[in-house]
Amino acid sequence: MRAVRRVTGRALPLGRANVDTDQIIPAHWLKRVERTGYGAGLFEAWRRDPAFLMNDPRHADASILIAGPNFGCGSSREHAVWALEEAGFRAVIAPRLADIFRANCLKSGLVPVELDAAAVAKLLRLAERDPAAEITVDVENRTVEAAGVHATFPLDDHARARLLEGLDDIAVTLAHADEITGYESSRATWLPSLRD
Amino acid sequence: MTARTLAEKVWDRHVVRRVEGEPDLIYVDLHLVHEVTSPQAFEGLRLAKRTVRRPDLTLATMDHNVPTTAATPADDISLKQMEAMARNASEFGIRLFPMGAPEQGIVHVISPQLGLTEPGMTIVCGDSHTSTHGAFGAVAFGIGTSDVEHVLATQTLWATRPGTMGVTVEGALPRGVWAKDVILGIIARIGVSGGVGRIIEYRGSAIRALSMEGRMTVCNMSIEAGARAGMIAPDDVTFAFVEKRRHAPSGGEWERALEDWRALPTDEGAAFDREVRIDASELRPYVSWGTNPAQTVTIDGHVPDPDSLEPAQREAASRALRYMDLRPGTPMRDITVDAVFLGSCTNARLEDLRVAGDVVRGRRVRSGVRALVVPGSMLVKAQAEREGLDRVFRDAGFEWRDAGCSMCLGMNPDILGPGERCASTSNRNFEGRQGPGGRTHLVSPAVAAATAIAGHFALPEDLS
Repeated sequence: MRAVRRVTGRALPLGRANVDTDQIIPAHWLKRVERTGYGAGLFEAWRRDPAFLMNDPRHADASILIAGPNFGCGSSREHAVWALEEAGFRAVIAPRLADIFRANCLKSGLVPVELDAAAVAKLLRLAERDPAAEITVDVENRTVEAAGVHATFPLDDHARARLLEGLDDIAVTLAHADEITGYESSRATWLPSLRD
Repeated sequence: MTARTLAEKVWDRHVVRRVEGEPDLIYVDLHLVHEVTSPQAFEGLRLAKRTVRRPDLTLATMDHNVPTTAATPADDISLKQMEAMARNASEFGIRLFPMGAPEQGIVHVISPQLGLTEPGMTIVCGDSHTSTHGAFGAVAFGIGTSDVEHVLATQTLWATRPGTMGVTVEGALPRGVWAKDVILGIIARIGVSGGVGRIIEYRGSAIRALSMEGRMTVCNMSIEAGARAGMIAPDDVTFAFVEKRRHAPSGGEWERALEDWRALPTDEGAAFDREVRIDASELRPYVSWGTNPAQTVTIDGHVPDPDSLEPAQREAASRALRYMDLRPGTPMRDITVDAVFLGSCTNARLEDLRVAGDVVRGRRVRSGVRALVVPGSMLVKAQAEREGLDRVFRDAGFEWRDAGCSMCLGMNPDILGPGERCASTSNRNFEGRQGPGGRTHLVSPAVAAATAIAGHFALPEDLS
């Protein structure tokens, strides 16, 4: 995973609530076996509408998505995160992110930022009024800075360290292999196995 | 010892490593794998020269993009994905039920059928409807592809223990109200983000009175309320379902397992982070009108006027009505459909097919309506055929298909055309979910069956 310390850039003020992962990347894109090639599928159906925000050239190089509450709800598809990253996004800001989507962000280095609704509303207004306005998401200090906005967001030490260092989760876990083996020796004997 | 909830008990016994301020490293008892969210995970293992730690705790099937009839073969990209699943299962030593296998089916239908889903387990899968297995008193939830790779390599997962939420449904369900209506009624009350960050435990006499099939339907849609998982305390109904299945414990092991499982239910006095109580007698058959599963009304109701809703919901409601091409004030029974889909991990088990079969027996699907029955697994299909249900559906004009996710999610040949309207027993009415431009209305199997006959939304008792 890519290490990320700080994201500074323009924002796409999407705003809508309950944006599900079927909108972020429709299911037909999920037939692919590759890890890349999803950028063109991002918000595919909505992008057919010329009035959709992403088609506005003033937001063309946005790297921060500002969304409404419960962004990324629905399916567990990590392809939603991959599509956002390939389209150039490095952070998603919302009052609340869906659980699985947030976990997936942390695996890929897309910074999940949950701020109180008032701060998100300010950022939305800022990006709508001035599409060139820059926003900075600082992973190290867990802060969001923009004109008139200074906010902090929750990120546990474990997640923060992994984002900052771009750590391979599996390598970290395998360092605890003895503990896993120890746990396995105490599992109940009736638990099902495909070898039965 | 402090009183604990069912979710806390099951979670705590799976902690491999716990450090204050960090997520827990939890052990996974069963990892379910399917063709769509796994290829990149296996590729990751291959690149890092890693192996699957516990192939004996890993089961793979093909469900999402399989065709359900020979008349509509899979496209080349889907075929490539299915071939990758077969190659990966073979290379990494994982049991696979491919297309054509008698055990093949929707991952959340086959695992309980085989006795692999049992109380007190942790179960994960690269699919959000893994919450289905919580019906047995397991902690079961969906994960992304990076976590699929992590579980394959380590049989563990880093996760923060979710909060707890009790949803109690007390009383007797009115006639014609099914498990699907219970969960749609719950989501209507708590909203699509009402469970975010929490595991919901469904409790109360109405929940206890449900069959295992019904309980799976309820837990299946926990994710539609935003919850990480849903659970129901195991009881004699659970044990009777599990006993004697292929992978269930037997003999002395069964007795030891039972003793353990009986200690799992939430302790007297244990506190939930949030509690909701619902009177079962207030529940009705529901039909969704919008583009998220909280946008529902009872079948006796009307398409709502966005202006009558809370301000925060108006804009989304207006957009949903435009997408769904519906006018405020239209009685739900006046809305005609182009298609009816009876299937999915929510409602494609034997009980669902029996209920729908009773409605359509001796009747005919309304002319112009395309009606599909897609059993949740090939074992469900075989059992239904032994009961003669295939004849009942075929005689009525339904198509009787092979097992798969089918028209739930628009990534196999079973899709809606743009603008087509469907009464569906599936779980998501998102824009384009059943195919680009398709319009989905979520309903129970009983309402889906009656709607196929009437050609518009209907209850079984509406049929002449």
